[in-house]
Amino acid sequence: MNREVMEYDVVIVGGGPSGLSTAIKLKQLDTNLNICLLEKASEIGAHILSGNVFETRALDELIPNWKELNSPIKTKVSKEKFLFLGKTKSLSWPTWLLPSVQQNHNNYIISLANLCRWLAEQAEALGVEIFPGFPASEVLYNDDGSVKGVATQDMGIDKEGNKKDGFEPGIELVGKVTVFAEGCRGHLGKQLIQKYELDKGKDPQQYGIGFKEIWEIDDKNHEKGLVMHTAGWPLDNNTYGGSFMYHAENKQVFLGYVIGLDYKNPHLSPFDEFQRFKTHPSIKKIIEGGKRISYGARALIEGGFQSLPKMYMPGALLVGCDAGTLNMPKIKGSHTAMKSGMIAAETIFDHFKSNKELSSFEEKFKASWLYKELYEARNVKPSFSWGLILGIIFTGIDQILFRGKLPFTLKHKHADHETLKLADEMPKINYPKPDNIITFDKTSSVYLTGTNHTDNQPVHLKLKDPNLPISYTLEKFDEPAQRYCPAGVYEVQKENNINKFVINSQNCIHCKTCDIKEPSQNIIWVTPEGGGGPKYGNM
Amino acid sequence: MKILVAVKRVIDYNVQIRVKEDGTGIVTENVKMSTNPPDDNAIEEAVKIKEAGKATEVVAISVGEEKAQETVRKALAVGADRGILVKAEGTVEPLAVSKILQKIVEKEKPDLVFMGKQAIDDDCNQTGQMLAALLNWPQATFASKIDVKEKSLEVTREVDEGLETIEVNVPAIVTCDLRLNEPRYASLPNIMKAKKKPIEQINASDLGIDTKPRIDQIKVEEPPKRKAGIKVASVEELVQKLKNEAKVI
Repeated sequence: MNREVMEYDVVIVGGGPSGLSTAIKLKQLDTNLNICLLEKASEIGAHILSGNVFETRALDELIPNWKELNSPIKTKVSKEKFLFLGKTKSLSWPTWLLPSVQQNHNNYIISLANLCRWLAEQAEALGVEIFPGFPASEVLYNDDGSVKGVATQDMGIDKEGNKKDGFEPGIELVGKVTVFAEGCRGHLGKQLIQKYELDKGKDPQQYGIGFKEIWEIDDKNHEKGLVMHTAGWPLDNNTYGGSFMYHAENKQVFLGYVIGLDYKNPHLSPFDEFQRFKTHPSIKKIIEGGKRISYGARALIEGGFQSLPKMYMPGALLVGCDAGTLNMPKIKGSHTAMKSGMIAAETIFDHFKSNKELSSFEEKFKASWLYKELYEARNVKPSFSWGLILGIIFTGIDQILFRGKLPFTLKHKHADHETLKLADEMPKINYPKPDNIITFDKTSSVYLTGTNHTDNQPVHLKLKDPNLPISYTLEKFDEPAQRYCPAGVYEVQKENNINKFVINSQNCIHCKTCDIKEPSQNIIWVTPEGGGGPKYGNM
Repeated sequence: MKILVAVKRVIDYNVQIRVKEDGTGIVTENVKMSTNPPDDNAIEEAVKIKEAGKATEVVAISVGEEKAQETVRKALAVGADRGILVKAEGTVEPLAVSKILQKIVEKEKPDLVFMGKQAIDDDCNQTGQMLAALLNWPQATFASKIDVKEKSLEVTREVDEGLETIEVNVPAIVTCDLRLNEPRYASLPNIMKAKKKPIEQINASDLGIDTKPRIDQIKVEEPPKRKAGIKVASVEELVQKLKNEAKVI
């Protein structure tokens, strides 16, 4: 079938901080460039989920007068706390003893979704064409093997793959350069990393799953500007993770939990760990009497420097967490994602102006503060593979005494899908039932995300082998998809004593965890029809 | 034939509505907004009639704040020829909207006015009817099928008892049901073209319409929470519980 073709100087895939920064920077460098940006969500920001304590460094460079432009960056961090949680007790760690990367006094508590909406306004004002509701579903290649652009998803296909009444074919967006900015585990980025072997010689990428809830709490418990992190309970010493609680404006707190997807126990349920965490006395006392108004989850990058793939390839660049620029010890990826996009824009500008190869991205990247930041942070996450306590001790030495300059680099040994132990060998975990006040089940949580996918469309969670979940994964690992999925997409149902693997794809909140953690890499996340997925507000 | 289609910007139907703590309304900040779903059907039908060669122009109109322009733009992206935005702040009640539409009809002189049967935010289901009264035009509400005849429309209506087919003379008001058609997707090239289509902006006050609400809203509250269900072991227990606890039999 012949699809309509639209040509641009630059095609950007993804309307998060990295894609939008690429677009803005490009337009600032050359206002005549034709740039379009595709976003799979129904509007910019609707698939964005992040803590977020924002470091303004990249934004200061990109839009120096952001304070005058009514940006949604208002709440300065006023106070910080770090707690080690025991089952009922907590130990407050003095913040002056935290490595400087974990100090936030110059940062702001923001909603990244709202920042992206604002960045999109800036980009549109500069003439960038932004198309929300159009997922890029396919990479297009030139005959010489370079990236030619992307194609958008066909709209109006039924479950069986037939065209429905309102069928609208996808179109081809051809760019002189294409920038992939899909965020963590982008489904096209994944294909490109494979095709161009961008991760050759790098450690396997490491991921985490992050949960976030927004609570409206009692005035008396709210301290605007307070940033609090915890480690410890309910996770054991061998599971990497921790919580955040940020007191934002309007009596809201952004409450979240991140768990490394290198966890070993297939019985672990990240969602239930997060719910259980909220019952800790030092957390419960803050949210008690409040109301949960939002919920969401998203996979994030934790691999850092060692796992960062090459970010350029013929005809295209990979930016932000589509590559993996998050700074793990800082627990921040927005400013780094933005900076990587800005470097990409400068590279593309030089490419157009003086015919420099896209590979010049590498030099620019190495000369930037982004590189320095990621390099210095590199040893923190791998040290936690020795457990929480040794990890903290090492991090203290590495980050406080040596400021990331130790003369060696620790390795990430395994990909996250390889770390699960057999279900029989690991302890079962009994999670408490939700009380529907502080803790909730997945169904009522997903309800808050506003998630919807048009009925009667092909399932966008593909199984390479449809029998594997029951014949192998259920037997060996008690089908962990039932637990790692934060939206209850996967279920094993018994029908007449026969187990059946059910995929409720309409619940999918696009976190990509299944694509990452499935032990046999049997689940492939592809783009559903445009506009589908969550409709996050100020996440 | 010219068709005027009214579209409203409402909170997206997937969003869970939250009531403001003080009971003065619902939370609209940080909430995804979309076109009122049956208005999408109204636009689709108008565009289909035009594509069938039975209409010459489709004009989309919305009444509301500046951002309602996005809703008009969406109508342009699926085939409306041009747009009108009548700007008015705050809640605009059906009577005010129909008075505004009356003024626009007098100016634009369309043969048909289409709109959704009701808006999913206030569920009033009044604007079409009030406009018909103000203009003294015939109305066909809850339309699930429209046949355009020479000087009339044959409209199938979704009524409680089933389907009712009526014939109305043109000019007429039609309010559209979700069953009328399946709205198309806006294609990327059409979204781009829509950006270049004109949207005329008018202030409600310049039309001489006072949009101040006439209804005093006393309180907005959430529906009571549903109690958790229980499983009963036997029919006897069920009957006993229905009698003594639920007191319904």
